[in-house]
Amino acid sequence: MSEEASEEASKEASNTITEIIAPCRLDYTIAAGEAQRPFLRGLAGGKIMGQRCPRCSKVYMPPRGSCPTCAIPTQEEIEISDHGTITTFCIVNLQFYGQAVEVPYACCSILLDGSDLPFFHLVQEVAADQVRMGLRVKAVWAPEEERKPSVESVRYFKPSGEEDAPYDSYKEFVS
Amino acid sequence: MRDVAIVSFSQSRHVRRDQQRNEVEIVMPVVADAVEKSGLQRSEIGFTCSGSTDYLVGVPFSFVMALDGVGAWPPIDESHVEMDGAWALYEAWIRLQTGEIDSALVYAFGKSSQGDLPAIMSRQLEPYTTATLWPDAISIAALQARVLIEGGHTSERAMAEIAARDRANAKDNPNAQVTGDFEVDTLLAEPYLADPLRKHDCSPISDGAAAVVLVAGERARELTDRPAWIRGIDHRIDSINFGARDLTRSPSAALAAERAGAGVDKLDVAEIYAPFTHQSALLERELGIGNGTRINPSGGALAANPMMAAGLVRLGEAATAIHKGSADRALAHATSGPCLQQNLVCVLEGE
Amino acid sequence: MADSNSPRDGTLTAPHVLEFNYTRTVGPVTGRFLTGLRDSRIEGVKTAKGRVIVPPTEYDPDTAEAVTDEYVEVGPGGTVTTWAWVSRPRNLQPLDRPFAWALIRLDGADTAMLHAVDAGDPSAMKTGMRVAPRWRDERIGMITDIECFVPAQ
Repeated sequence: MSEEASEEASKEASNTITEIIAPCRLDYTIAAGEAQRPFLRGLAGGKIMGQRCPRCSKVYMPPRGSCPTCAIPTQEEIEISDHGTITTFCIVNLQFYGQAVEVPYACCSILLDGSDLPFFHLVQEVAADQVRMGLRVKAVWAPEEERKPSVESVRYFKPSGEEDAPYDSYKEFVS
Repeated sequence: MRDVAIVSFSQSRHVRRDQQRNEVEIVMPVVADAVEKSGLQRSEIGFTCSGSTDYLVGVPFSFVMALDGVGAWPPIDESHVEMDGAWALYEAWIRLQTGEIDSALVYAFGKSSQGDLPAIMSRQLEPYTTATLWPDAISIAALQARVLIEGGHTSERAMAEIAARDRANAKDNPNAQVTGDFEVDTLLAEPYLADPLRKHDCSPISDGAAAVVLVAGERARELTDRPAWIRGIDHRIDSINFGARDLTRSPSAALAAERAGAGVDKLDVAEIYAPFTHQSALLERELGIGNGTRINPSGGALAANPMMAAGLVRLGEAATAIHKGSADRALAHATSGPCLQQNLVCVLEGE
Repeated sequence: MADSNSPRDGTLTAPHVLEFNYTRTVGPVTGRFLTGLRDSRIEGVKTAKGRVIVPPTEYDPDTAEAVTDEYVEVGPGGTVTTWAWVSRPRNLQPLDRPFAWALIRLDGADTAMLHAVDAGDPSAMKTGMRVAPRWRDERIGMITDIECFVPAQ
């Protein structure tokens, strides 16, 4: 193949469609369920609400309306402390599209005092290399007038200054 | 083949919009009820299989949250299909055939009210040249309706008669959503929703859930007076390229019915999942449903269509007819995909 | 969550948008079809039995056998084999005014393809009518390079 013909062929190939970008947009109106409503309304009022299983007494936050172990509905509403313990964490160094926080930052699994379900949240006001398992943290709430029935009412968590929790106090939730 | 029976069935009251409960809260009581009716303990259930699609509520992995709600800890043996629950039942039946398990829980749920269901359904089409045009499900069905009407296979009047029949049947179904006596002429005076389809030709949009328990062999007889034995079950598929298909036919439905043994004896009841009236007419022909068979005594999907669960509901309703002794032999049908692309047929018998 | 709050019935709802553009690898058969569209040409592929499939698929929809590598230009005119009227177009559909969806058998094709027909009114639609594509000026190798079909003689 002559150089010219080869160039022509590669030009031809690069002209062939190999990919499409298919747009997708679907609009929803989400309705919060029985268990979510008191939780979300609690956040608007500066409270963290969970639910207790009537059989095994475990407390779930966020509440889903059921106990995954007992497979029965949970209805008893419990206010939970906004202080907790980091059970495990990761440091995010990757910038991605739409990210609101500057890297590196700590994404933590936090067990609130009185809850039996760790959940993920940001921990800030601490250097990434100071974040550790057992670190005690507390919620940083949005100003009262900006609170909504939304998880955004808790901006992030920050160290509370309490002594680290001993491993045994949260090991059930990491092993 | 191992004898497997549907021993219990439960469903929610299907409604246009359940703003109070999320999917998990809709499915939980239904699952609890089906298990309780079966007489089995949770711990005795060998396998759990569910059918749903996350697109309905727009929440990725919402099926995992539903699994949590039904009790997945300590870990259970489970599976999920992004299909109607009828296909989840098929998977459970296969597992029972292997002999590894003796019982299975199958559930399905759909909360269609949160999104634009006809648009969401376009996401199941061929993704390069069809789904990119965003045709809605009602329009796609209307294309098939016109082929059937202009080809002389049905008529707008015959379609309205099917709607009137199913809605009247649904008067006895406390879980149905669209029920009552309707004059065919009144229905035909309504404007078109998507010419040639009127509103009554389309199944309603519903929020709802269903669950069944399957048990193999002698244990089914111990648990139930009259188990609904699965004598045949089969599913088949036609091309997704509906422009290349003869839309007056559904070869996959006919073949599934044949393989399930639908025609070997008289059918007392047929529960057909036809999301649109013209599809009911076509399916009755392809499935070989004759006179003497009560069609959709529950009202079918035209009376309530909890997406992803409506097929499983057909199996449950057919089984209930056997349990109650109002049928000795029943056919249940489920469909999926554009223009009846995929079809499942199950034949149930009492003894 | 929860920008709108309807206290009358105690419900709590919020708008939610699922938006993501998929980048799809189309493969050589669909790729050839889309490349044709970009150049305002519609091509089908022949099956071993000699049927012309448009849009082309990698397989014969009847037998599931691989198609041949023989492509043929079809259309651009075609015949409507069935249609449905859309009075209220949805987001992302080809036209923002009432239109018809139609299955269109392009001249020289043995299968029909889905597209929109800009007919103005359902009374202008009829099974068997002739239609022709209205091409976009800027074509990128998508089915939407054909903006829609229009009634033709």
